Amino acid sequence: MSVIGKYFIFLGSLFGKGEKLSVYWRRFMEESVGIGVSSIFIVAIVSTFIGAVSCIQTAYNLVSPIIPVSTVALIVRDMQILELAPTITCIVLAGKVGSNIASELGTMRITEQIDALEVMGINSSSYLVLPKVLAAMFTFPMLVILAAFLGIFGGYLAGTLTGVITERDYLYGIRDSFVPYNLFFMCVKPFVFGFLIATISSFQGFFTQGGALEVGRSSTQAVTNSCISILIADYLLAQLLL
Amino acid sequence: MIEIKDIAKAFNGKEVLKGITSTFREGETNLIIGGSGTGKSVLLKTMIGLIKPDRGSVFYSGRDFYNSDKDTRQAIRREMGVLFQGGALFDSQTVEENVRFPLDMLTDISASEKKERVEFCLQRVGLEGTGKRMPSEISGGMKKRVGIARAIVMNPRYLFCDEPNSGLDPLTSVKIDELIKEITEEYKITTVIITHDMNSVMEIGQNIIFLYQGDKLWEGLNADITNTGVPEMNEFIFANKLLRDAAKENANK
Repeated sequence: MSVIGKYFIFLGSLFGKGEKLSVYWRRFMEESVGIGVSSIFIVAIVSTFIGAVSCIQTAYNLVSPIIPVSTVALIVRDMQILELAPTITCIVLAGKVGSNIASELGTMRITEQIDALEVMGINSSSYLVLPKVLAAMFTFPMLVILAAFLGIFGGYLAGTLTGVITERDYLYGIRDSFVPYNLFFMCVKPFVFGFLIATISSFQGFFTQGGALEVGRSSTQAVTNSCISILIADYLLAQLLL
Repeated sequence: MIEIKDIAKAFNGKEVLKGITSTFREGETNLIIGGSGTGKSVLLKTMIGLIKPDRGSVFYSGRDFYNSDKDTRQAIRREMGVLFQGGALFDSQTVEENVRFPLDMLTDISASEKKERVEFCLQRVGLEGTGKRMPSEISGGMKKRVGIARAIVMNPRYLFCDEPNSGLDPLTSVKIDELIKEITEEYKITTVIITHDMNSVMEIGQNIIFLYQGDKLWEGLNADITNTGVPEMNEFIFANKLLRDAAKENANK
């Protein structure tokens, strides 16, 4: 309980006395590149293959003359939009971005760089963490949109190249019974998950004490806690918004 | 001038500082010495506001740091320069950006003024021409110099150095010590240095405080350090064979 209380106090400190807006803008842009742009490659690879696998496996399980083949594409689309693109992408990002944030802040803590900021009278948590949180909340939805697109595209490639579904059926399937609200739901998830990953990982890194071993521990803890929080938040969002 | 009064701090019930009172004079290098684990770093951190003491006060030219409003505390912080043990340079920034950092964050002066000030400080610590290098590309001694440049870039009234020559070779240590002493005298700064290096104590120590198990056992001038009559301090000072031999030689004369 005390850790949760400390986490909320930490969140409060992010919005304490801050620095000049120009400083935050520069930091936000740097973090957006570090968190968002540098994650495009891994997100693209993971989502394309997940889309391909989900298409092949769905087709494998739907061998029935009464179910139209285009249903495979419909299922791939809804799986991507509702679950795979936002949740799996954010779990991957929890590993990549979360561990990076925790180890960066942990190293800064043990090498007294955070102390140096505090001695200058700079709100270190706000200066270091707030831009990361905002950058994650800004870039994660974009990465998830990309992941959903590439996932559906991966399904198309796998389906058409292996012959389990024709191009026409696939294109028909992904447009069939489309619910635009699902796109809104897809974008809300990474917004929330981005906040959770960035704040939890920052919290773990910011309060690291000790040496290299503890930085490693913080990093592992950050990924573990971020993944658990994503799964809990995923369930709560589904319950609340669907 | 900095005055500390009855500074005490305990961690998990263990008293690390047991009511330290002292005065650090302006334009002098004030040294806090003692063995490892005697509370030197904790005392320094309580002075610069990184650790809040359980009791006691720190006065900066008469201003009570812990019992002041936020603005006064902020003003005092801006008059401080701190050189951390490892330099504490920001890894993602070049040498020049590290030195310029306090100016970027805390002042509204023009870019050309900042450039001029950064160049001056780098020149002052003998690092002209290294501004574009990253901290990972420079030696330990250079990192300390960059740390000093960053500490003095805001024209501080108070300079704190946490073991400025730890991990350095003897020659570089002497150079760093001399640099700190020169800067202290040149700008009339109140400098507080934590060290357990006896070379520093003998070379640049003016006003010296000896800590032992969280207590201040002795305070005085460099010249009196070998005649304190404090056994714990003698044990600390004469742990160095060269000093031990010199003391014996003096006694024989």
